[in-house]
Amino acid sequence: MGDTEIVSVNTEAHQGAVLVSPQGDVDMSRSPVLRQTLHDVQARKPQRMVVDLANVDYMDSSGLATLVEAMRSAKKADTKMVLCGMNDKVRAIFEIARLHHFFTIVDSVDEAVSA
Amino acid sequence: MTPPNAHGRPHIRVELLSNPIYLSGARELVGTVAKRLGFDDLDCSKIALAVDEALCNVIRHGYGRALDRPIWISIWPVEHDGAAEGIRIAIEDEAKQVDPEQMQGRALTDIKPGGLGVHIIREVMDEATYEKREGGVGMRLTLVKKAPRPTEPGVITEAASRAVQSTRPQAR
Repeated sequence: MGDTEIVSVNTEAHQGAVLVSPQGDVDMSRSPVLRQTLHDVQARKPQRMVVDLANVDYMDSSGLATLVEAMRSAKKADTKMVLCGMNDKVRAIFEIARLHHFFTIVDSVDEAVSA
Repeated sequence: MTPPNAHGRPHIRVELLSNPIYLSGARELVGTVAKRLGFDDLDCSKIALAVDEALCNVIRHGYGRALDRPIWISIWPVEHDGAAEGIRIAIEDEAKQVDPEQMQGRALTDIKPGGLGVHIIREVMDEATYEKREGGVGMRLTLVKKAPRPTEPGVITEAASRAVQSTRPQAR
């Protein structure tokens, strides 16, 4: 099974926001898939983009870098980008890298679409 | 320089190619061993993260993303009086040697993508030592993480065993 099949990234309209839902491990071998998807979504210039990490079991610094890059693009395009659903292990890397204050992070998709 | 064999024969030594698809296997190995050496789930995940970041740096910077170069991972328990007190992990490669002093993480005040690996490694582990391998080729990164408590059955010391025995109620 290839990486693109394991890491499916779904986009769907969710109460006016674009919902991006990566799955599995987001590491050096897989973060390019997420990066390309976020790039494609941002090309649509949505008002709000929610990245639901509920099904992400693991993330390394390449995943973080992908999200930092997306956040910087979102700010330039006036897109509100919100992260949600991250488990303790994924949250830990945001804290280690001191990036948990750089992002808007909430618990659920419902909170994310209204944050 | 302290070569890893100064700590005795590695309990585990594996060779993998510098292909990112094998990162998940390396994380699984390290996390599982760390669990057996007494680390909780979150610490196991952080130790696996540190190893992942080290491997990524070898692949990205040491080997210029070549997919077929060797990387070795060696693992030892850190022991004191026969009890597991942590984990020591060495990651070795055949990449061009660089000054270990140059292996510094970037400042986190500038928020930008990339360059976080060394910072994460140093933040997560108690010790992280870069050195040139013997023979003029390749680098070695040795990581040490101390466990919060020894939990492995079978490694309890004789003195501790006697202490447990002495606290048991006497048979009537």
